[in-house]
Amino acid sequence: MNTIKDFFKTFLLFELLKGMALTGRYMFARKITVQFPEEKTPQGFRFRGLHAQRRYESGEERCIGCKLCEAVCPALAIKIAVAEREDGTRRTTQYDIDLTKCIFCGFCEESCPVDAIVETRVFEYHGENRGDLYYTKPMLLAVGDKHEAQIARDRAADSKYR
Amino acid sequence: MMEWLQPIQTLLGPAWLPIWTVLKIVLIIAPLMGGVAYLTLAERKVIGWMQIRIGPNRVGYFGLLQPLADGLKLFMKEIIIPSGANKFLFILAPIMTLMPALAAWAVVPFNAELVLSNVNAGLLYILAMTSLGVYGVIIAGWASNSKYAFLGCLRSAAQIVSYEIAMGFALVCVLMAAQSLNLGDIVRAQHGNYGMLNWYIIPLFPVFLVYLISGVAETNRAPFDVAEGESEIVAGFHVEYSGMAFALFFLGEYANMILIAFLTSIMFLGGWLSPVPFLPDSIVWMFAKVAFVLFLFLWFRATFPRYRYDQLMRLGWKIFIPISLLWVVVVGAWMQTSYWLW
Repeated sequence: MNTIKDFFKTFLLFELLKGMALTGRYMFARKITVQFPEEKTPQGFRFRGLHAQRRYESGEERCIGCKLCEAVCPALAIKIAVAEREDGTRRTTQYDIDLTKCIFCGFCEESCPVDAIVETRVFEYHGENRGDLYYTKPMLLAVGDKHEAQIARDRAADSKYR
Repeated sequence: MMEWLQPIQTLLGPAWLPIWTVLKIVLIIAPLMGGVAYLTLAERKVIGWMQIRIGPNRVGYFGLLQPLADGLKLFMKEIIIPSGANKFLFILAPIMTLMPALAAWAVVPFNAELVLSNVNAGLLYILAMTSLGVYGVIIAGWASNSKYAFLGCLRSAAQIVSYEIAMGFALVCVLMAAQSLNLGDIVRAQHGNYGMLNWYIIPLFPVFLVYLISGVAETNRAPFDVAEGESEIVAGFHVEYSGMAFALFFLGEYANMILIAFLTSIMFLGGWLSPVPFLPDSIVWMFAKVAFVLFLFLWFRATFPRYRYDQLMRLGWKIFIPISLLWVVVVGAWMQTSYWLW
């Protein structure tokens, strides 16, 4: 009996018409396309975009050159050199992130004991020359200075889960 | 109807006929090319909508200039000829695909008067021309000297051979019912007092389906696009083509789609005849029916996954050919009884 039923279903194109009814319905469904430059998808406070180095409110840079981020980085994208500053504190003389290597896993951010290296919500950036995406310490600090308010808000929102 | 052309005709003398014919050809080909261009846009839009996307909307309002932008891009691109390719055949193949797709338009009637050449064996001519199209594909696949292209052209050859037969038998039913091979007469034979009930889609419904599906297969469209098979054999027969040579294949494919849509509406949907008796027959009906059939083509593509190759052959040989053969016999017997009302 089932064989006969299946035969007629196939022969009378029943399944095909069902499929076409489905796509026909979807033709009039609300479109879910996000038209990027004009519209944007919402971002969470844990969004992992462009890196930044933060400062304390006094203007002192947070990074103490512990190299935990360099050690944890799975893509080996971070390069750090450390020296003692005149006032006797331990500071980095070089802190480079190669964004072409970076996989944006967020491990550097998690490993940092002083919240110095963070990932911001910025994701629309580009480089026009080879090496433009090799971010050095002043560039990272500049990103941090520019977005500090947003960065601080995001850390505060995340703090209760840490 | 053409009296106002009389002075020009006397002025040109014997040169009149060729000039007038070329003019008519241009009048058919130019809108056809425009139709092809905007069919590509319609396809992207419709399939986009069915996948809950928007489709192209950046070039011009609603993406209306997108086909021009695409054409310009392809026109500017270099035509790369692989070093192992047979250069002559490689260049010839895209031309061979497009040529029959355009030549077939010579006998297609748009309404009762509007036809380039009113050939009595029009249907036969159409059948011959549409079969020629596959040579372009086969030559392209062979001349490219690439294994994917070669696989694609072999598939295409086998596919066309199988579906051509079913298509031919479907047309036999039509010409039996219409008692004519002239496309205009086929439409006129569907004229009656009951509008769409007089169309051949009613008595010939099974072969209508066979013809429509074979038409999809004939134009290498999804779900029968095994010759192209993007996900299996990259792009099949046109994998080595670029620039305008590549564009010609697409022009041919879409021109063929429009042709099949026209033929379907002429032979089964009553051509320019009005679907209801109280409205006048007009060329508008023709275009409406063609648009509907073309929409079906796009709808199929958005809905169905590609046939596996052996399933495709099974469908062609074991289902379509028996059905269309059976219906030839049924129609033949039916026409001898008094129950044949068409």
